[in-house]
Amino acid sequence: MDNKTGAMDKNWGGAIGPVRLIVDTLMVIRTLITRNPAAPLASRGLHTFSLPNLPYDYGDLEPAISAEIMQLHHQKHHQAYITNYNKALDQIQAAADAPTVVKLQSAIKFNGGGHVNHSIFWTNLAPVRAGGGEPPRGPLRWAIDNNFGSFEALIQKMSAEGAAVQGSGWVDPLVSKGASLVPLLGIDVWEHAYYLQYQNVRPDYLENIWKVVNWKYAS
Amino acid sequence: MAAAVATPLKFTFSSSHGSTRRLQWRNNQRSVKRPYRGAITAKIEHKPPPYSLEALEPHMSRETFEYHWGKHHRAYVDNLNKQIVGTELDTMPLEEIILATYNKGDLLPPFNNAAQVWNHEFFWESMKPGGGGQPSQEVLDLIKRDFGSFEAFVTEFKAAAATQFGSGWAWLVYKANKLNVGNAVNPLPSEEDKKLVVVKSPNAINPLVYDYSPLLTIDVWEHAYYLDFQNRRPDYISTFMEKLVSWDAVSLRLEAAKARAAEREREEERARNEYEGDDSQTDPQPVEMYGTDSDDSEAD
Repeated sequence: MDNKTGAMDKNWGGAIGPVRLIVDTLMVIRTLITRNPAAPLASRGLHTFSLPNLPYDYGDLEPAISAEIMQLHHQKHHQAYITNYNKALDQIQAAADAPTVVKLQSAIKFNGGGHVNHSIFWTNLAPVRAGGGEPPRGPLRWAIDNNFGSFEALIQKMSAEGAAVQGSGWVDPLVSKGASLVPLLGIDVWEHAYYLQYQNVRPDYLENIWKVVNWKYAS
Repeated sequence: MAAAVATPLKFTFSSSHGSTRRLQWRNNQRSVKRPYRGAITAKIEHKPPPYSLEALEPHMSRETFEYHWGKHHRAYVDNLNKQIVGTELDTMPLEEIILATYNKGDLLPPFNNAAQVWNHEFFWESMKPGGGGQPSQEVLDLIKRDFGSFEAFVTEFKAAAATQFGSGWAWLVYKANKLNVGNAVNPLPSEEDKKLVVVKSPNAINPLVYDYSPLLTIDVWEHAYYLDFQNRRPDYISTFMEKLVSWDAVSLRLEAAKARAAEREREEERARNEYEGDDSQTDPQPVEMYGTDSDDSEAD
């Protein structure tokens, strides 16, 4: 376990699980972050964001994840990251001196990271009728088998790592190759992601989420 | 569930904290089935709060306590006991386990469980039925001295709790550091150096590892408020301050913290005197190194 408490990994606003797989047969990363075309472009080219819509209804992931959780998670938690990110961005652009800008960096990182992580997360999930839970095929499956031994081994490892995360964080077993590691598949293990349904039994949440994971996106 | 008798929180914090402890942490679990030395097996207690589980309704629900105390806190205790049984940590009091496994920031495996056990006990005792209101005059005076006003303290405490990213805690602590560093001793130590400070910490970290004396804490892990408040952490924090906080506990802890600081000062004074010998008491005279008869100067 390399997730040390007290030295929280500041990447992407949360602790990233130690399972980082560089997928060789990776395809181009789709840009997920929804841009708000109506927002005025600031002089530095930084723009604000707005909450992306879910590609399914709040209740579509039941019984793995409850509608109540999906709604709160999307409309409150994710929205809060976006709101705070936009606020920090405004403040940075209005800042008169360097120290102010520097102080706002962590707000940008935490909230921006939260926004990115959650945007990817929504597309990592799909209702069963849309293929959620169907194991991957093709190049991705081959890469998984090569790097983890088997698909089942990946699942087990991710569930174990997810359960072992201390405090709040994510488990990102699949990331893109290249200079910036962008998660292809990330599982939110912040307590808000499961508490209303699973309370303290995070392992049950992890066991059940596989039934709605959208491998097609990661492929 | 029957209400437990409220016991005043005592600092059993020994003054050996200052010494450097070399902890040889070994995972002995596999090899040790025999009784360890004094045959003490892991005995960290799962202490109940000093009130019944529904006593803090409607501000903190019974359901929250059933999970928070009944599952989360219990799991920390059980897992800690499993980790330390048969090791030298087994015989140590909880605070010492925390400091030993903090290991100057390079956390050893039992740290999370040990610190979280301590944190949660401290948290239950930081609240009481009919809590809130104002602190005692003594605490209030110190708060005014160090924060400007009670309102300013509340604002700062709430901000710390609200901005602790992810999981963690916010604290009011008594900081007794005397600005002594190595051999540079604070020449004018005064009560003013001892401050009340608000700090926040991530995950399991608590101010004991910074050598502060905690007086009050609020748990801002999501599990602490999610059933009652969902994402509305600021509402939870306000409710805590207005309806739950036990200023009685803070007063007791402050007394203990001051006593501990005084005791430490006495010990350091004693240690300094021993080191310097009796000369420290008198005006230091220049000591003659060589006899006056044998003058080695070149002067003739």
